[in-house]
Amino acid sequence: MSGAADAESGKGEAADGPGPDADGHRPGVLIRRPRRGDPVVAVSVAVASTVLFFGAIAWAVVTAPDFPRVQRAFLNGPLFEESLPEVVRAFQTNIKLFLIAEVLVLFFGLVLAVMRSLPGPVFFPLRLLAVAYTDLLRGLPGILVIFLLGFGVPGLNIEGVPNDPFFWAVVALTMIYAAYVSEVYRAGIESVHPSQEAAARSLGLRRSQALRYVILPQAVRRIVPPLLNDFLGLQKDTVLVSFIGVVEIFRASQIKQAGNFNFTPYLATALVFIVVTVPLARLTDYLVTRSRRGQARGGFR
Amino acid sequence: MSGTAAVPALRVQRLHKSFGRTEVLRGIDLTVAEHEVVALIGASGSGKSTLLRCINLLEEIDGGRIFVGSEEITARGADVDRHRQRIGIVFQTFNLFPHMSVLANVTLGPRKVLGLSRGDAERRADELLDRFGLVEKRQDHPDRLSGGQQQRVAIVRALAMRPDLLLLDEITSALDPELVAEVLDVVRELAQGGMTMILATHEMGFARDVADRICFLDEGVILEQGPPDQLLRSPQQERTQRFLQRVIAAGRL
Repeated sequence: MSGAADAESGKGEAADGPGPDADGHRPGVLIRRPRRGDPVVAVSVAVASTVLFFGAIAWAVVTAPDFPRVQRAFLNGPLFEESLPEVVRAFQTNIKLFLIAEVLVLFFGLVLAVMRSLPGPVFFPLRLLAVAYTDLLRGLPGILVIFLLGFGVPGLNIEGVPNDPFFWAVVALTMIYAAYVSEVYRAGIESVHPSQEAAARSLGLRRSQALRYVILPQAVRRIVPPLLNDFLGLQKDTVLVSFIGVVEIFRASQIKQAGNFNFTPYLATALVFIVVTVPLARLTDYLVTRSRRGQARGGFR
Repeated sequence: MSGTAAVPALRVQRLHKSFGRTEVLRGIDLTVAEHEVVALIGASGSGKSTLLRCINLLEEIDGGRIFVGSEEITARGADVDRHRQRIGIVFQTFNLFPHMSVLANVTLGPRKVLGLSRGDAERRADELLDRFGLVEKRQDHPDRLSGGQQQRVAIVRALAMRPDLLLLDEITSALDPELVAEVLDVVRELAQGGMTMILATHEMGFARDVADRICFLDEGVILEQGPPDQLLRSPQQERTQRFLQRVIAAGRL
């Protein structure tokens, strides 16, 4: 539709635009038309270049000297069929992990962000704590945090402290991602113009009320895309907790691999992740584009 | 003006305010009687907006005292939020809450601060929206409204708190010229209704029409004040004269 409109306006321009120059080109108009004007040409070019590009890569892989060996190790059809249902079953543990952790992360991330934005000298210790926490947890490799909590704390043998690896997996993932998400919240809060708080406070709203009714609702709308990005990371990082003994999808595929001396189960696991994460990545991109368009329009709802 | 005129609506004494090393207000004294309309004029940067923001306690003051009625709102330990309820402010850039409908914008204060029920708050809001010709916009979000409509909603939002004093901070400066009149009409109606107001403005003609008194701010002090006719026609201070000449040259009087 827009292509047709472009062609239309192109014609109009060409009709009453400046005449051809020495080389027979009309400045601006004719150069643009063949590229953007004709959708059939554009689509054909895109298809041809895509086939050529990926075809070349596929050809390079398939004709590699040791491809048959790799094929046997990674692309075993019957084993793939056999392991797929098993890793899907194990993936339920990952789903449970990230669903629980995401809810907790949303909560603790907000607590940290609000702690860090408290004004006045009285709240200095709380601000310091929040800053130290986010710096530390973002600075440590996630796998270390998972090891330290998953093996360290139960190792203390304190009465009443659970030693279930799933519990510590949730705690570790929540602690790591709450640090990241608190920064996302903070950026969102700071992106709301100070005049909004002034307007709210001028009505007599307390600072906490202004935060709750005016600032956070606007901040949250803007941080949905970066928040989904962090959740994407969290979902993938659920495989890390396999190292403290949680039997989840990666551990399950490892067991299967070891039993068959074949890497195909990992391919099944990769497929499961792609099915879950790629749509989320697409959704995130879509939301980013939409919110950018909304801001250009001057409104955001 | 009325029987209680003994206690002024607002008293500002020796008010000082600095931003960093820049002293923006350098000892402001201002008394506003109940039902009085005071216009603040002066060049950009003369301190008009800062004065209004200080009166509403949106800026911390560095020296001086502010009384609303008989209460000192700048006293140590004063309940800032309670004092703000009694003082409405309308901003140059409207500052409506973009994520809320017009009705939600207007009812937020009455519901959360005054503790009105949703029904009572909405009745109060509808009454005001109706009075200013906005009632058919009540469910719309601010981005669907013209600038003039947004600014009128902002005025209604401030009025819904039933303030004793209304501060208007250059409320027509961000509007397209053809939208200025509808907003000024609202202010004129409020003035006739006896609302105590302080307005910072560049609209000299309007200030002359609506204000009981005009104060000329220059470099953080009130250099000269008086009834509109006197101040605009025969200013005493040289700086006032020069300012007004520039305004006339710009065709704004």
